[in-house]
Amino acid sequence: MDWLSFTLITTLIKIVGLCFVAILGLVSYTVYAERRVSAIIQDRVGPNRVGLPLTLLGFKKDVSFLGLFQPLADGIKFILKEDFTPAHVKKFYFWLAPALCLVPALLTCAVLPFGSSITIPWNGSERTIPLVIANLNVGPLFVFAIASLGVYGIVLAGWSSNSKYPFFGSVRSTSQMISYEISLGLSLVPVLLVMGELNLVTISQQQSEHGWNLLPYSLRDGFDLNRWLLLIPLGLAFVTFVIAMFAETNRLPFDLPECETELVGGYHTEYSSMKFALFFMGEYAAMIVGSGITVTLFLGGWSLPLGLDNYLPKGTVWVGLLHTAVFFSKLIAFLIFFIWVRWTLPRFRYDQLMRLGWIWMFEICLANVLLTAGILWYIS
Amino acid sequence: MGTLNGYLLVSGLLFTIGLTGVMVRRNIIIIFMCLELMLSAANLTLVAFSRFGLVNGLPNHHGQLLVFFTITVAAAEVAVGLAIIVALYRAKQTVHVEDLKSLGG
Amino acid sequence: MLLFGVGVVVNRNPVASALCLVVSFVGLASLFISLDAHFLGIIQILVYTGAVMVLFLFIIMLLDLKEEARRALNAWAVAGGAVVALCLVGTLLHVLGTFPKGEATLPPLVVPEGQTYEDTKALGTLLFTEYVFHVQVIGLLLLGATVGVVALSKKEASK
Repeated sequence: MDWLSFTLITTLIKIVGLCFVAILGLVSYTVYAERRVSAIIQDRVGPNRVGLPLTLLGFKKDVSFLGLFQPLADGIKFILKEDFTPAHVKKFYFWLAPALCLVPALLTCAVLPFGSSITIPWNGSERTIPLVIANLNVGPLFVFAIASLGVYGIVLAGWSSNSKYPFFGSVRSTSQMISYEISLGLSLVPVLLVMGELNLVTISQQQSEHGWNLLPYSLRDGFDLNRWLLLIPLGLAFVTFVIAMFAETNRLPFDLPECETELVGGYHTEYSSMKFALFFMGEYAAMIVGSGITVTLFLGGWSLPLGLDNYLPKGTVWVGLLHTAVFFSKLIAFLIFFIWVRWTLPRFRYDQLMRLGWIWMFEICLANVLLTAGILWYIS
Repeated sequence: MGTLNGYLLVSGLLFTIGLTGVMVRRNIIIIFMCLELMLSAANLTLVAFSRFGLVNGLPNHHGQLLVFFTITVAAAEVAVGLAIIVALYRAKQTVHVEDLKSLGG
Repeated sequence: MLLFGVGVVVNRNPVASALCLVVSFVGLASLFISLDAHFLGIIQILVYTGAVMVLFLFIIMLLDLKEEARRALNAWAVAGGAVVALCLVGTLLHVLGTFPKGEATLPPLVVPEGQTYEDTKALGTLLFTEYVFHVQVIGLLLLGATVGVVALSKKEASK
């Protein structure tokens, strides 16, 4: 088997594995986690029943596994429900919108490095597989470009539904996403300035060697005052980036596009069954990819803390798998943080949201870019 | 991939489509969109020539920078233009250029 | 891509027109990327499809433009448009037919040993050395545009 088909096959495996197995699997279990964590926060129990229905087969008790089969049951429910299309909608766009919502979110995960690299013997020679689908030189820009396409799904959903609550929801969502995209992009500039690199793979690699961006200490390099000084703008960038990302993914405290008390369900009010589920999956997939980007840029991606990777053999299968596991555990920790915030903070009012976005976030991000450039200039 | 002529043909056709749209359509927003189409067509020509006219084996980056500036200016132009259209719509309740004849006397 | 370009002109519904334009721009971006201009391709998607077209859609929806009534198209305009289009296509075909350099296929990039071609880095370096004055002018232009837009929309509000 030649080099090309080998690359093709491994890439296909990576795409299927990451996009469909990992991300969509994570989506369904994030929904489950959302319900369980919210239940814990509100001192309830949450869904803990669905398991193997052994009583159907004549056993005495069901096995519930803490309700871990709940996502499966939800999925079956969504597929089996009646797919109802209201008469007053614009059909074509009504069908197009949910797909447009999910696809960009899944596309962006192409540039996420979810592990270092694996070297396996193949036909007598050693082959190294980088654990990223597309190693682009414009990684973060690609993510922004594709993620900004996600807004079309929401706009079209609101418009084609042809009724007023979805329309309000989509108008809100559009202006919110446009406003916060600026802060999102600007808050990344300090990181890119410090790293001097637009390639997410190289960014992860550097962090694994010299310590994370938010934990700039590695056992090999020792203490470096300059890097701790850079922690000020990087920390600020982290905070602004996370806030902007909350707004981009329409999560509480910024979930005005679908704020139930005012807008019924927001832009997906008119949707039912699997089309509604696609919106839901799109939202959670965007959340997961956003967490992935945050983890990659600020929390070292797949690397162990304190530069421990320098002492591990490079490229072996086990180390590669360990790195993947590290990446996903960081991702899951961040997702739980997402959920935690959702059930802790109240919702903003719309004018407050816009003021925060344009007057505070935007200016802080701009000042942060200047600060970073100043510190870098001072250091060099 | 294609030849330089292929890229130029695509660019030229896009430009033609845009120009025809500007002349035929009467909806000011669509006219505006056609203008964007024409700008982009010009950008394609620039990028194509920059890629085919290599300097020391690398694309001619000056051409690409011109495209960068074009995109920036186009974005600013869209913002201003749309603001004007909104103001116009509020004043006249129409987006058809044929209805905007008040200067025609 | 061209088909969707035509769609922009032909569609009566402004939203459909705008979506055709979006697809057309994505196609254009892919052409940029096929010409090794990765940065420009991404910027094209980011600025045009991500921001400009969303703005267009937003305005179309805000003004709540319905499908255009089938009003009689101005015959002169259609005739003129057709004539101009035909002339342009004719000129285009003639010029491209007599342009020997146009037959060149994509020349390979020559990259120094041990390096990869990074157009973003090259563009950035050029942008902030040779073109730094232009960047400042553009910045000023953007500032002017921002102020202009705010002024335009404020005037209406205070009425």
